[in-house]
Amino acid sequence: MGELLRDAWLIARKDMSIEFRTRSAFLSAIVFALLAIVIFYFAWDATAVSAIDLAPGVLWIIFTFSGLLGMHRSFGVEQPDHAIDGLLASPVSRESIFLGKALASLVFVSAVQVIAIPAVALFYNLPIGSVAIPLAMIALLAAVGLVAVGTLFSAMAVNTRLAELLLPMLALPFFVPIVIPAAQATAKLMSGRPVGDAVGWLKLLVAFDIVFIVACTLAYPFTLEE
Amino acid sequence: MQSANGAVVATEALTRSFGARRAVDGVTLSVGTGETLALFGPNGAGKTTLLRMLGGLLRPSSGKAQIGDAILPGGPEVRGRIGVISHQTLLYDALTARENVEFAARLYRVRDPRDKATEALDRMRVLDRADTPVRALSRGLRQRVSVARAIVHSPSVVLADEPFTGLDVAGAKALASLLGELRAAGAALILVTHNIDEGLGLATHAAIMDRGRLVRHEIRSAVNPSSFAREYQELVSANG
Repeated sequence: MGELLRDAWLIARKDMSIEFRTRSAFLSAIVFALLAIVIFYFAWDATAVSAIDLAPGVLWIIFTFSGLLGMHRSFGVEQPDHAIDGLLASPVSRESIFLGKALASLVFVSAVQVIAIPAVALFYNLPIGSVAIPLAMIALLAAVGLVAVGTLFSAMAVNTRLAELLLPMLALPFFVPIVIPAAQATAKLMSGRPVGDAVGWLKLLVAFDIVFIVACTLAYPFTLEE
Repeated sequence: MQSANGAVVATEALTRSFGARRAVDGVTLSVGTGETLALFGPNGAGKTTLLRMLGGLLRPSSGKAQIGDAILPGGPEVRGRIGVISHQTLLYDALTARENVEFAARLYRVRDPRDKATEALDRMRVLDRADTPVRALSRGLRQRVSVARAIVHSPSVVLADEPFTGLDVAGAKALASLLGELRAAGAALILVTHNIDEGLGLATHAAIMDRGRLVRHEIRSAVNPSSFAREYQELVSANG
């Protein structure tokens, strides 16, 4: 277990170093998130739908699609010089590679969330200060499930010619069980309901996280077969 | 590291198919301690597929491949003994040469990874560019870093797929010297190349592969370089 986590951290740290140097996916995701918030804001009719009703949906649509940018990059960085062969030929286990990639993607998605959540709150004038911590917990729990699924499908899609198209097509249906409880729990918190009202959705979110982490980690080695 | 019959690398009727096409078709060979097999063959002969199976990157469709006593694709312990030099560099463009090699050293659980990375870069005469991002290096310098990456853990089996690609005279000399040192230290080498002189210069055994099969395989001392080169050229022309 120690070696599994050590190797996963090694790979995650390498991916984060590369992203920190290039910042290409992160900047793209942030620009996408902010543009999407602006578009949703100007398409919004405040007299028809209240901000409280709209904002959770906007938030989770943005996370889902901006997260895909980072997940596509997850195995994309291995492509140019077939660096993935270097990882696969090393003594590191396939599960460590998957967990390392997922961990780096988790940091990526969380960093996007750190910027996008206050931006949504600002645009929709939502008082999130009192629920900031539970909201951050929901965002983190949802991010765990999203990156587990997204990393697996990134590994599957990366060797195809239509990877950018294939990844969302494969991943989005599996994002639904994560996004629904996350959006519902977010809506309850943002509308001023007590945290206890969101516990049912949070339990569902945790359950899907566990299922996706275990299933995707076990499934990953099979994506490597040629 | 040797198997019961003394071979470090051994295959028996090793076959790999992609759909209906047999990329490697019943290859049987063995390479012992301190031996180098130079493997020649036209493009598409199956050389790279063979090396990928030996490197644990590809499962055989049938037959058997062994590194020591471990049957491939083996676990982490077996992979830790193999060094893979590919005609792709296996490097990350955004990282420096040193970071790439040090990362590999850590993957292979090398003690003092930073020192070993420095040593490997020095052996490939690229230490002066160690802190340059790989994307800023020329093709030849990248190949040198790639070789340093492959040998940083002192592998006992080296699988080298066209390792001289892109290297200038000094780089080729450094690589030839390095492969010689590894062989002297007991490593088993399989070297895929199109350059007859380079290949035979390093080899203890030579083989030619065509359409997935070994069509010639003999000890180096029994090889007449000019007739070997002629046969190889005829094969390449026939496939051209």
